[in-house]
Amino acid sequence: MNKGNPRMDDFETRRSHLQTLNDEELKQLFWSLANKAVSPLIDLAKSHTSPAIERSILLRMGFSSIEAKVIVEKVMDHHLIGKGAGHVVYRYSTFYKVSIREAGLSLMKDQGFESIINSFGVKE
Amino acid sequence: MINPNEHLNIEEILKDLDQYVPKRKGWTWRTLENNLEMNHHHYSDVSTPLTQYVPLPAAKYFNQIDPQPIQVITTEIASGRFEDDIRRMRMAAWHGADHIMVIRTAGQSHFDGLIEGTPQGVGGVPISRKQIRAQRKALDLIEDEVGRPINFHSYVSGVAGPDIAVMFAEEGVNGAHQDPQYNVLYRNINMIRSFVDAAESKKIMAYENILQIDGAHNANATAMEAWKIMPELLVQHAINSLFSEKSGMNNNYIALSTVPPSASPEPDLKINLPYAVALRDFFSRYKFRAQMNTKYMESSTRDATVTHVLNMMISKLTSADIQSTITPDEGRNVPWHMYNVEACDTAKQALIGMDGLLELVEVKKDGFMKEKVREIKERAILFFEELLEVGGYFASVEKGFFIDSGNYPERNGDGISRKINGGISSNSVFERDLDYFAPVPAHFGYNNVKQYGLKESDNPSILIGGSTFEDRSKIQYIDELDSEDNVYLRMKENEKYRNSSLIKPEVQWLADGVIVVDLTLPTSVIYAEAAAIEIGKKMNLKNIEVIHKEVLHPIEGTRIQIKGKIDFDIDLSTLELAKIPDLLSDTEIREYLESHPMTIVAGTVGEDEHSVGLREIIDIKHGGIEKYGFTCEYLGTSVPISKLVDAAIELNADAILMSTIISHDEIHYKNMKKTHEYAIEKGIRNKLILLAGGTQVTPELARIQGVDEGFGRGTKGKDVASFLVKKHKELHKNEN
Repeated sequence: MNKGNPRMDDFETRRSHLQTLNDEELKQLFWSLANKAVSPLIDLAKSHTSPAIERSILLRMGFSSIEAKVIVEKVMDHHLIGKGAGHVVYRYSTFYKVSIREAGLSLMKDQGFESIINSFGVKE
Repeated sequence: MINPNEHLNIEEILKDLDQYVPKRKGWTWRTLENNLEMNHHHYSDVSTPLTQYVPLPAAKYFNQIDPQPIQVITTEIASGRFEDDIRRMRMAAWHGADHIMVIRTAGQSHFDGLIEGTPQGVGGVPISRKQIRAQRKALDLIEDEVGRPINFHSYVSGVAGPDIAVMFAEEGVNGAHQDPQYNVLYRNINMIRSFVDAAESKKIMAYENILQIDGAHNANATAMEAWKIMPELLVQHAINSLFSEKSGMNNNYIALSTVPPSASPEPDLKINLPYAVALRDFFSRYKFRAQMNTKYMESSTRDATVTHVLNMMISKLTSADIQSTITPDEGRNVPWHMYNVEACDTAKQALIGMDGLLELVEVKKDGFMKEKVREIKERAILFFEELLEVGGYFASVEKGFFIDSGNYPERNGDGISRKINGGISSNSVFERDLDYFAPVPAHFGYNNVKQYGLKESDNPSILIGGSTFEDRSKIQYIDELDSEDNVYLRMKENEKYRNSSLIKPEVQWLADGVIVVDLTLPTSVIYAEAAAIEIGKKMNLKNIEVIHKEVLHPIEGTRIQIKGKIDFDIDLSTLELAKIPDLLSDTEIREYLESHPMTIVAGTVGEDEHSVGLREIIDIKHGGIEKYGFTCEYLGTSVPISKLVDAAIELNADAILMSTIISHDEIHYKNMKKTHEYAIEKGIRNKLILLAGGTQVTPELARIQGVDEGFGRGTKGKDVASFLVKKHKELHKNEN
């Protein structure tokens, strides 16, 4: 999809406020503008997660790509992704006193979600 | 250590992959050699030489040296069959590649998860754990063979970036492309999802020091008028670089993928050099990967090679930490073996040829350069100002700011626009709750570890007894998922040619049977193209395609290259091989000459003014035969045949050395025949040794003309001396 309005090159008028800056000041200005553009993107990333991020956490916890995909889907079905899929698996393993892998494989079969939801104190 | 005279055993590489542990992790730069002397020359910008290599063709005149530039050299190898690519990786490594990049199969960006197994790819390779492990294992062997670490590289992009990043960190991948802007602009993946995922991917890459290359070069390849997007390129580089730094990457592992935006016939350096300087001024704290310009590449490998060399001049005049080598055939094929190798050689030859360039010349800092550099920087700043004015990055993408072919602030209205909430995987990002938690290392952003009694500085995986990053036995390895599409079936198909004496020519896959025929036809392009296909058919080629055409003149000539397949093979065990000459030792030659002094008469025959080759064979200072004690009478160039033979008679010479370089219309062979016949006529042929040499001389064909031996390209004085002694012994064996 292509969009945008054509505009003539008005560089000479736009640049008037930059003319007095030396090379170092120009560089500093460039990076301070970059910082303003990037900071909200980083804040967004800090406070949010996604299925891919959660799958990557489960991979690191010792699940295969196929298992990780199913576990994340189940966690999303139960609206628990805000807790973290790895967190749900960890919570299950401590709650039922089983290994991390056993916990994940049970969750894949949709088992035990009710107790975990309760333990988080959320209403499904 | 693998034997350089044996093929890599692919079956062996595929064995026990579930157990394979990569030798090394993280990116490796080349080691600078400050005082490297090779063949009496001091080099300035070079790295530690390889232990095994194929040097440049001209190296044979310089003691076979193979100096290696300081830049890491990239080659992209991805034919769709990773098992065949392994052999090409070995070829490229011997030619100086130490950054091997595997392009992903079409569509992997949109695959939501990891691909497993070894399906065949299209336009690239499906990147899976098994494929990565097999190639890493092979590269671990190859790097020992050439004596330098090899960086293995692929892509952390698409909707499964973090998944892939984890797998790469676990499997010893050393470099990766990662740039959320690539997802947004070229893969239409939702922008919010792309940036949220990217921070996690980058944090994971940083954990194992995986070098990152950004995606800004794609803007150059996509924009209508590429040179006009220079201001935007600076903005794209800045967004990804700074976002990476803020995600936890170290600057030493953040590399810009920078392309000289224009190419000749535009004034290449006038456009590209100020841009390169502006970029390096602003981004001095990051690394540079000099990508070559591919936008204007068509099917001429010569044209692509010149662009590559001009681009490398810019690398040398400014800086480059990594030098790319887009293969010169990319405009017409998925790259072939030989072009990966050619591109690596082009890079090595050009970079070494320009060794120490900045000790010889200086890039101007005033006049045209100063004005242009400043203008590019200011335009980039103005771009950023307006991006912020309209509400930031996401809003600016929605308004079509990027890939607009106007020279900002000019706008052509042809930019790529994406909706903030649109694209693939939109609405798939979720806010983390206050008690959000992830029990793993290398996780970016909010992680409430305090609820489980941990400090921010603790590795949260202690709660689960370690993650795969601390204990790789926890990795779940999947071998194959598809019984119809995997490496074992592909290898069964060409089993006949694996570890056997049967061979077929190949361009990318074992026994693919593809050959290229290069034709010049004295007609126009349209006729030449049709005629070339008919010629291919008469040569019994299958699947004939025209891959290149070049006008030599509108009607006098067209150059056409066709490719086609042959359906026969050759059995190596039935071949009669050229004999490797059995040379006498220096002492044996000298001792024989002491007891049997020999006189030779030498000259370049016909209307031929070439003298260098023969002088090298004769002259003592070039290691020629005089040093063994031969008496040599050199008659010069353009010597008539009769004069050569008459001189031999007059001096009672034992041998004639005739040099013949010009080979047009087979004149060199005709002159050999004439000399042989003239010597018979004069009655001396039976006691005279007659030798002929020249760059176009084939020994077998020379002997057919009647001379005793022919000597071709690469002949040394010793070869000639040894032959003269042996032949002399044979002629005079009844005399003692």
